[in-house]
Amino acid sequence: MQVVATRAGFVRGLRLAAPLTLGLVPFGLVVGVLAEAQGLSAAEQALMSALVFAGAAQILALELWADPAPVISAALAALAVNLRFALMGPHLAAWFDALRGWRRWLAVGSIVDHAWALAIAEMRAGRHDAGVYLGAVAALWLAWLATTAVGHALGALVSLPPDHPLFFAAPACFVALLVPLWRGRREALPWAVAAAAALALGFLLPQPALAVVCGAVAGSLVGAWVETSGRSGTA
Amino acid sequence: MNLDPFSLAAILAMAAVTFAARASGYLLLRRLRPSPFLRAFLEHLPGTLFVAFVTPALVREGWAGVIGGAATLLVMRASASSPLALFSGVAAFWVARAGGL
Repeated sequence: MQVVATRAGFVRGLRLAAPLTLGLVPFGLVVGVLAEAQGLSAAEQALMSALVFAGAAQILALELWADPAPVISAALAALAVNLRFALMGPHLAAWFDALRGWRRWLAVGSIVDHAWALAIAEMRAGRHDAGVYLGAVAALWLAWLATTAVGHALGALVSLPPDHPLFFAAPACFVALLVPLWRGRREALPWAVAAAAALALGFLLPQPALAVVCGAVAGSLVGAWVETSGRSGTA
Repeated sequence: MNLDPFSLAAILAMAAVTFAARASGYLLLRRLRPSPFLRAFLEHLPGTLFVAFVTPALVREGWAGVIGGAATLLVMRASASSPLALFSGVAAFWVARAGGL
């Protein structure tokens, strides 16, 4: 299998990802409005969206934001949400290898769900042009910068009180994201454990981010244990 | 256009750990094949994390939170459209709140 990286591929990636950028709009607006409400300047918000480029991690970190900014809890939230990107890297490795120098590390540093899914679809169709990945990421990144900046500007314009019902959009993002993550009944026990542990620990731990991460780790450990303990004899 | 040092530190820390998560898959997981346990653990992580965040957040909002969460979930399942689901969830939460819940 010969992987190439062409300019035509880049253009194809831009074109393929363009409709996907619409799906980013609500999340980008939530990130921007939330960042403004938590006291981030437009420059800080833009820097975060440009460098982190991961919607769920940004919303979670911003929900747990405080003054002064909680460095440890923000990093913990970002790490926990984005650890899933590690599983995507090996699938894309052949494409990343085909890119040279800064382009390769730009591609590695911008792994994101939509571009990953798009690249996998291209590979399955027998097309191996890493330029497609760079083009898709470029489109998604630009759309992310634009929608989060618009969100921040809108937030500054209307300056909502902190208990305004519109801020329910932030937890609602995660409820919506849970729907495609449900892979059937085997999720029930890990999710129940995660919910129960997060609720119980929320009363005990001083750091809300820590309770969230502990709940997630407890639920995932239970899920991994249930799935691998039955198979150990045959594997 | 101002950058607060604590905010800057938090943003750079988020960027660093996120890059580490992305790069570790490319650099490490292709050579070291993760055990089935580690793979299953990582595959469960986004779902359990969102549940662990959302449950206390909804409970804190009381019945309005439960109603808004349920509306988001049902509309997302039915339509698979996240803008529509977010809009419905916020609207349901808003109505429940206005109704005194």
